[in-house]
Amino acid sequence: MMIFKLILIVSILLISLLIAMYSTLFERKIAGFFQDRYGPDRAGPGGILQPLADGLKLFFKEEFMPNKADKFLYIMGPSLTMLVALLTSAIIPWGPGITVDGTHYYFQVADINIGVLYSFAVVSVGVYGIMIGGWASNNKFSLLGAIRASSQMISYELAMGLSIIAVVMMTGSLSLRDIVTAQHGINWNIWYQPLGFIIFLVCAYAECNRSPFDLPECETELIGGYHTEYSSMKLGFYLFAEYINMFISSAMISTLYFGGYNFPFMDSPSLSVNAVGIIGTFVLFLKISFFGFLYMWIRWTLPRFRYDQLMNLGWKKLIPIAILNMIITGLLIMIFK
Amino acid sequence: MDPLTKRSITVSKKKMTLAERLYLPGIIGGMAITLKHFFRKKTTVKYPEKHREFSEIYRGRHVLKRDDEGRERCTACGLCALACPAEAIIMVADERKPGEEHLYREEKYARIYEIDMLRCIFCGLCEEACPKEAIFLTKETVMSGYHRDVFIYGKEYLVEPVDAVKRIDITKRLTPEVIEFKKDKRQRHNR
Repeated sequence: MMIFKLILIVSILLISLLIAMYSTLFERKIAGFFQDRYGPDRAGPGGILQPLADGLKLFFKEEFMPNKADKFLYIMGPSLTMLVALLTSAIIPWGPGITVDGTHYYFQVADINIGVLYSFAVVSVGVYGIMIGGWASNNKFSLLGAIRASSQMISYELAMGLSIIAVVMMTGSLSLRDIVTAQHGINWNIWYQPLGFIIFLVCAYAECNRSPFDLPECETELIGGYHTEYSSMKLGFYLFAEYINMFISSAMISTLYFGGYNFPFMDSPSLSVNAVGIIGTFVLFLKISFFGFLYMWIRWTLPRFRYDQLMNLGWKKLIPIAILNMIITGLLIMIFK
Repeated sequence: MDPLTKRSITVSKKKMTLAERLYLPGIIGGMAITLKHFFRKKTTVKYPEKHREFSEIYRGRHVLKRDDEGRERCTACGLCALACPAEAIIMVADERKPGEEHLYREEKYARIYEIDMLRCIFCGLCEEACPKEAIFLTKETVMSGYHRDVFIYGKEYLVEPVDAVKRIDITKRLTPEVIEFKKDKRQRHNR
């Protein structure tokens, strides 16, 4: 079991990095297609080697550090962001697992009974990566971007938590494994929690600092926000972490609301346990890629929110709606049980 | 006061309706528009493999024509250089020696004829001014280069090859209407 866990950890790490790498290509490709262009298609067939070229470019760029920057914090910023981005993947159930020699291997690194809480705790630490990076740069634009990022993430975390509480109330457990198992077949949470889903989706966009909530790196106002002073692979880490965050949050959305690895007809007798395990993982990745596409689709559709609009939306709209959603869910659970 | 353009819109500060305040209908509408563009035919021309279609009368790199017997038409009259608004044309005239009748059509010819392609604005006034139908603009484009001096095209680039197959076709630019126009007595060089 130890060896299986180790393989799983390494493969999840590699897959996250690979997907983040290729998300950069797909982001540009999709941006091109939305604007009647082709996007990058010169490096390799159809541009398939573009991420490698980009990565190589970042490695060879000058490693720049501002004169009066705090050296320790300056390096800690991107490292922390990257670390935190990768940590959340530990609790996501990647598939119903396969049975080999009578032992069932469930595709999840750690099934902790406070999974949802853990993911929240980790995501909250993500603010520190940005805040430390912005502070250590010793640049007013970086600091402004960092302050924006942290206040935005704190505000949206509230609504996000409240929307998840409704899901937790329905399942009666904080463990992601229980939440997924409760959504067996097509009995997904989205049918019961459409409002909660929309709130969660909006908050996930804000948490990932993605458009239309990408105010922390708003290039027209803040040059580059918290990563203005970063170059080379440190900048690469920040940008990379954003794509890993996108991937993980897509996985979280699929797990919490779209049944994770569950798919219709998974109970049909013609499918063996191992077949269900493999198809389930595949289905989960299909859902994840859809939400990844949605991220990009929204980015290339919507303009950026103004900062006061962002705060209004978070505090005056999403939080009351989330509380309302929670109360309604509670009432319905009381009535039907 | 009248608006400056027909397209100006009066800004209203009315309260947003509920649907507008929800953002979602607007967002979905916008996403539908972008999705339409996603599947639309792309406007990109993949350049090195494909070239954009040029107009038949495109004004590109110049050519100095030869006549049917392969003799240079240019007599170095200097009207093209005079007409050139960018002052891109430089020429040095010379007298035709006996035995060079197969090279130059008339007694005077251009020994040096240079066009600075960085100065040229491809307006076509040289072609319009030419009384001997010697210079024309073609569909060819000017190549890129790393130094400024490679853009000064001398006769070795400009004069078309003698070989009948490699001759550059200018019939699209030299239509009967153009010939008629060039005979116009109101043009200074025809007086």
